[in-house]
Amino acid sequence: MATGVQRASQLTVADLKGRVDPDWCPGCGDFGVLAAIQKALVDLQIPNHNVVAISGIGCSSNLPGFINTYGMHTLHGRALAVATGLKLANHDLTVLVTGGDGDGFGIGGNHFIHTMRRNVDLLYIVMDNQIYGLTTGQTSPTSRIGMKTKSMPFGNIEAPVNPISMALAAGATFVARGFSGDQKHLTDLIKQGIEHKGFSFLDVFSPCVTYNFDNTYQWYRPRVKKLEDDSGYDATDWPAAMEKSLLWGEEIPIGKFFERTDLPALHAAEPVLNEGPLLHGELRVPADVARSFIEELM
Amino acid sequence: MKQTFAVAIGGAAGQGVATPGDIFAKIFSRRGLSLNAYNAYQSIIRGGHTLLTIRTGPEPVTNMGDRIDLLIPLNQDTMDRHLKLLGNGASCIYNADTIKPGVAADGVQLCPLPVSELADITRNKVAQNTLAMGAGLHMMGIGFPALEEALREQFKKKGEAVVAENVGVARAGYDYAARRFAAFLNPLPKTDKRYAVLSGNIAMAMGGAAAGVKFYCAYPMSPSTGVLHWMAAHARKAGIMVRQVEDEIGVINMAIGAAHGGVRAMCATSGGGFALMSEGLGMSAMIETPVVVIDCQRAGPSTGVPTKTEQGDLWQMLGAAFGDYPRAIAAPLDIADCFKLIPEMFNLVDRFQCPGLVLCDLLLSEGRLGVDPKDLDFHPVIDRGELITGTNGNGAGAGMATNGDYKRYRITESGISPRAVPGVPGHIHTVATDEHMEDGVLISDEFTNPIKRRAMMEKRMRKVAGIEAAVRPPELRGPRDAEVTLIGWGSTKGVIEEACEILNEEGISANQLQIRWLVPLHGEAILELLRKARHTIIVENNYSGQFARYLRSETSFVPDGNIRKYDGEPFMPHHIVEAVKEQLGGKTKLSVPAHEIMV
Repeated sequence: MATGVQRASQLTVADLKGRVDPDWCPGCGDFGVLAAIQKALVDLQIPNHNVVAISGIGCSSNLPGFINTYGMHTLHGRALAVATGLKLANHDLTVLVTGGDGDGFGIGGNHFIHTMRRNVDLLYIVMDNQIYGLTTGQTSPTSRIGMKTKSMPFGNIEAPVNPISMALAAGATFVARGFSGDQKHLTDLIKQGIEHKGFSFLDVFSPCVTYNFDNTYQWYRPRVKKLEDDSGYDATDWPAAMEKSLLWGEEIPIGKFFERTDLPALHAAEPVLNEGPLLHGELRVPADVARSFIEELM
Repeated sequence: MKQTFAVAIGGAAGQGVATPGDIFAKIFSRRGLSLNAYNAYQSIIRGGHTLLTIRTGPEPVTNMGDRIDLLIPLNQDTMDRHLKLLGNGASCIYNADTIKPGVAADGVQLCPLPVSELADITRNKVAQNTLAMGAGLHMMGIGFPALEEALREQFKKKGEAVVAENVGVARAGYDYAARRFAAFLNPLPKTDKRYAVLSGNIAMAMGGAAAGVKFYCAYPMSPSTGVLHWMAAHARKAGIMVRQVEDEIGVINMAIGAAHGGVRAMCATSGGGFALMSEGLGMSAMIETPVVVIDCQRAGPSTGVPTKTEQGDLWQMLGAAFGDYPRAIAAPLDIADCFKLIPEMFNLVDRFQCPGLVLCDLLLSEGRLGVDPKDLDFHPVIDRGELITGTNGNGAGAGMATNGDYKRYRITESGISPRAVPGVPGHIHTVATDEHMEDGVLISDEFTNPIKRRAMMEKRMRKVAGIEAAVRPPELRGPRDAEVTLIGWGSTKGVIEEACEILNEEGISANQLQIRWLVPLHGEAILELLRKARHTIIVENNYSGQFARYLRSETSFVPDGNIRKYDGEPFMPHHIVEAVKEQLGGKTKLSVPAHEIMV
């Protein structure tokens, strides 16, 4: 088991193999996402003890158990809040948050919006399969109108959220969409998201082969079009990104919608962290400062 | 009886009740007088009724007491509500231009101030307040320089002209009182003691800083917001990361995230916010990441009475989050204890890697107390337990060595497993809110195994015995073989203490058992003490006797009687004294004292 000190140059995909094999259904889109994350970490050569994979609850949220980095399998919908605290305690760590559409846009929707506006330096990967899987097939916040599930057997009558537009509106500084069926492209987006200094949002079409028969690999393949293939597209142009985010149907854009690099990440904006991570800071309040706190009250 | 003096200032919110209160508090504490302040107010920014009571004296003053010696009503409403509370020897200073006095009891001195004659009220809108302060100070036998100094500090940011103006107005009030009003019988003495005056919220925030808290986050909620305000204002000097979060669910999860990163993390809220944190506490227990949560109780249920006090959250604490897990719960006994308890709680939860809950209440959170600066010790013992941070040497076992066998949840006799934080080489692991094996791998999905589940439950729950051994059982205070034993918990310590003093003076011997640690409770030790007691009465600030029910559930002990109050206001000593007499006389086993002050 590779739990030893990793020299950057030594990190291989084998080192990132978790203690147990994924228990996802055969053919699940999440396998592709896991492989792309491992490949991206190898390409970037980030020592695995400096990486923390944090998830909520759901099929995709089991991912931290399947990768040999530090991990936290937290509560349903709360991964981003936990990740924010962890990043602020030790901003030297590379923080990856992974989860599903129900976890992130449903129960965790509030944290999703606020973590983006805070520009916390982490990569948030949503394995978006437009369905609740682990609870055996109910409508999710990204399920299309008309989709029949166990919780809406006569068809969904509620409009789905648009995660890309939401992220753009909430102030995410890196917004992208990937497809589990395109490993190379996805790996590249993950690498860009990790390297971006601020909040990176990556929505990944990750088909559920057991409960979602609408949004399958076959459905996606002819529809997804890479933004990178459009030479006229400028990913620093926010209105253009917003316009692209609204496309859905015969053509669905994937790739980097938007990135801005002029805003500081949350940890860089707070002078308390100028001296380095909180974890390594002085535990005690200096005596003269403590004295001044008491004198204020006298 | 010890000498005390209480001044009450009342008016509408926004009328300037706070400033004279602060100035009186400063003057009293600088004379070496102990003080306790309680502000009764409403959930409204402008208007509503506010009554600030400051009680002071040369000996420790622990509660608002029974008597108002000086009433300063800033409006007619305050006069109408409270003049009737004054008894023989008390005085009432008021603006004769705008307020008509009612009928006062015999021996009450009415002190009208001709405000428009004494000050230019077109220039100074709070002239009546400043005049009343001046007049009051004279009647208390305190020299004018003390007030001048306090006013100078209060207004120095506004420039010398404003300082001079206010000092002039105060002087006019002081001199007018010298000519027209009788001074109080006992002038306020001076002592050599020194006091810092602070609220429980500030005390808990400072206690956190002293404990080495590096991460504090919160969502604003009365009456806990004062902790956030102190933390935010002092964060950069103290090296603390302070965040305001979108909701209390985010708060608890963010705090746990930071704690998991290896720093001491704390948050504070009130009952409603605590309810939202419940699931997070279970996570803290399950992944064994310690966090400290403060609940400043207010009157519930639901939004309840946001600005009023209660001890109504005990069962919420005891039952917070589903499943069985180790936790610690303590209720600070007074404002000085609000400070002291925080480092103690952190040491306990760092050692035992579980959530620690501090059960404060509005009475302490927003009340103020003169505290000996020596009791605000910024160098308390810090024990981070079996924490492996790798590089900074904090805590024990800071090993850098590669350890392929590291198991985050290693099964040990104590139930405590050495905790490595992310970033430490050689200790890679995943923590999980699902049940897991020693190495963190989930057993909840396809690997569920009843033997392993049982082993992990027992490992975690073994910490309960360690926690109990780490905390001292409570002790009885007062005469051994007393006629009556009063049992309270948390913030009622001071008022029960004073009730016991009064009872003892009146020939009814009384002693007190005050509970600070609710979990661990030390039920057997308590039972041992109470078995020998002659007549036991539990005093608490809630409807159903939450502590009485808890004590019974843990020990089968049933007291002879109960004194409860759930009207939003704290106990006053006479409430307890009268109820004890009533119960010793066999009239009732349950007393619910009526609060006479209408606020």
